[in-house]
Amino acid sequence: MFNKSCLSVAIAALLSHAPNASAASDADLQAIREQIQQLKQSYEQRIAQLEQRLQAAESTGKQTEVSPAQTRSAEAAPSSVSAGGDNAFNPAIALILAGTYGSVRQDPAIAATGFAMNPNMGHEQGFNLGESELGISASIDADYRGIATLALDPAGGVGVENAFVQTSALGNGLNLKFGRYFSGLGYLNEHHAHAWDFIDQPLVYAALWENQLAEDGLQVKWLAPTDTFIELGAELGRGRGFPGSDRVKNGAGSGVLFAHAGDDIGIEHSWRVGASLHRTRAADRVSDAVPDLPGTIGGVSNSFSGDSQTTGLDFVWKYAPNGNIGNRYVKVQGEYFRRKESGLLTYDTALANVTDSFSVTQNGWYLQSVYQFMPHWRTGLRYDQLAPGVASVGALNAANVIADYGFQPTRTSLMLDYSPSEFSRLRLQLARDNSRQGLPDNQLFVQYIMSLGAHAAHNY
Amino acid sequence: MKKILSVISLLLLSSQVHAALNVFACEPEWAALTQQLAGDRASIYTVTGALQDPHRVEARPSLIAKARRAQLLVCTGAELETAWLPVVLRESGNGAIQPGSAGYFEAAQSVRMLEVPTRLDRADGDVHAAGNPHIQIDPRNFLPVADALSKRLIQLDPANTEHYRQQYAAFDRQWRAALAKWEHQAAPLRGMPIIVQHRGFPYLNNWLGLKQVAELEPKPGMEPSAAYLGQVLGQLQQHPAKLVIRAAYQDGRPSEWIAERAHIPAVTLPFTVGGTPQSGDLFALFDDTVQRLLAGLK
Repeated sequence: MFNKSCLSVAIAALLSHAPNASAASDADLQAIREQIQQLKQSYEQRIAQLEQRLQAAESTGKQTEVSPAQTRSAEAAPSSVSAGGDNAFNPAIALILAGTYGSVRQDPAIAATGFAMNPNMGHEQGFNLGESELGISASIDADYRGIATLALDPAGGVGVENAFVQTSALGNGLNLKFGRYFSGLGYLNEHHAHAWDFIDQPLVYAALWENQLAEDGLQVKWLAPTDTFIELGAELGRGRGFPGSDRVKNGAGSGVLFAHAGDDIGIEHSWRVGASLHRTRAADRVSDAVPDLPGTIGGVSNSFSGDSQTTGLDFVWKYAPNGNIGNRYVKVQGEYFRRKESGLLTYDTALANVTDSFSVTQNGWYLQSVYQFMPHWRTGLRYDQLAPGVASVGALNAANVIADYGFQPTRTSLMLDYSPSEFSRLRLQLARDNSRQGLPDNQLFVQYIMSLGAHAAHNY
Repeated sequence: MKKILSVISLLLLSSQVHAALNVFACEPEWAALTQQLAGDRASIYTVTGALQDPHRVEARPSLIAKARRAQLLVCTGAELETAWLPVVLRESGNGAIQPGSAGYFEAAQSVRMLEVPTRLDRADGDVHAAGNPHIQIDPRNFLPVADALSKRLIQLDPANTEHYRQQYAAFDRQWRAALAKWEHQAAPLRGMPIIVQHRGFPYLNNWLGLKQVAELEPKPGMEPSAAYLGQVLGQLQQHPAKLVIRAAYQDGRPSEWIAERAHIPAVTLPFTVGGTPQSGDLFALFDDTVQRLLAGLK
């Protein structure tokens, strides 16, 4: 202790002389700094040695509640500099490692019946690395915060999942986001894959949004100054992802409107409901392996150009005894999307190449519940359903394009997961997949999700 | 039309007359302290209940809505709220309470932190880089926090400076008197060996001189396994403890398991205002804490 106070007196003396030496050259200052550094180091070494001797001198069996770390901290200045969360790392870097093992009986390349012109997300079989996700975020300055999430493809290559800038000090409940972001429509759309409750997205997200809609554009949100949470949002985007198609054109390619409302009921219940509207235009959106009326082996390639409008409703309700989510909780959520597309369909672009009008209304929904029955252990059940709708097909294609599949794809999934800590999760999932007519499938998946580095706070 | 206008202007005027400072308090103890220091000049919303684990709260829509209108945020800091507060602040669209602004108050900045880790590794469990954040269980910490918070209230609401000064002076006087009383009452507890369920009590140990001989969590934030509890039970043969203590928000099973087998009482401490039926305000919080420890000793 004596040594330390000596040291501080010495440093204080040096510091107090510093102003007088303002005329001194930079080289002198540098030399002084080095001397201080050397002094500090040598004293710290000696203090450490003394502390070790002191400890050794103390009776070995005695378990004292004051550890060396505490001693040191007890001497720390009362007002430590706040290293508030994410900014302790500047920028905050988070790496998500995830992988799955999948066992399915049917060929995952076959799309859900009636959804061959939608994306087919399928499943990987056997051991599969999955996407590792590298996230970097930091405050840019007092006004902006930047976030980038890079998806590392196991086959090589890097995808830009998110890369956006968000305002932090606009005030009046306004938030502006620009860059590439997950659209605010629906409930699950903004959740990153590592925060999903099942290893895959619901069928409706897979078929209608290619798992998630990431837009390049601009989002503005406004939060009403009310006790109840009421949020309105609008987005203008490029419309690059399904159901849009990448384009070369000025102006916006897609637009989204959404509204959310939510609140608590007592301290144990909370809820949020939402409604959304998405509009875009597809230009020469090509789909392969689409079944047709003549029964072409392997299907044909079709191309669609036209308008796409999707409306959605979502809700989530959570319950935790005493509001303590660490012990037990129940979460129930459901979403419904309905999409109307109308335009021109070119049948069999490779050979027949017949173009005529085409319009269809598809919809889908899911309902799921997750129950944490004891700390670290959760189980969940999800039911998915899709409706391919009945298409009105122009006369030229009436003998080519299947208008009515007469089948409703469904799936039931059951999961169990265990999270040894906040940063790791192991999951088992069983699914009965009836999404393909005549090809019912029993599926089994095992997944790990691990998070390294800064752990960003999660959305509701 | 004229009537409507006059009603609206009346409403606006009356709301200005009663305009209390909107406070968003992360934990019940800071809500209680703000109440002591601001009296009726603050309208306080408390985010977490006494039976909630303050580490584990969700960024619920209601919190975002409350943060939207807050003029002052009073939280522990030291990363206690790191799992949810950043999202709430970001989504609130409220520039007045962002970190670094006058409306953002962290209690941990005013106190001397304990258990500041010398190495940061998640293999050590749920450690906080800034030190152990459970500062509210040493009542001495309320003196510097109250001083800083009172100054912050004055900064945000200078019109009521005199009121805040009086409230602070009264609180400081009463609190010092209560401190002397508690320390006198708790004198028999000095040096008492205890087991804690979560590493949440270093400030209490430091205040009352309790001697912590074991923790039931193998690593902070990790649930103990039966095997680990058995190991702790074995250690107790050599280092017997008088009590096993836990915070009211924690699952009681691990401490009851140990208590039953080691034949020592399991004591539930309120940990914050409202954690037990007897801990209704800040003074009662420590009255009850000391009483429960003394009762366990008997």
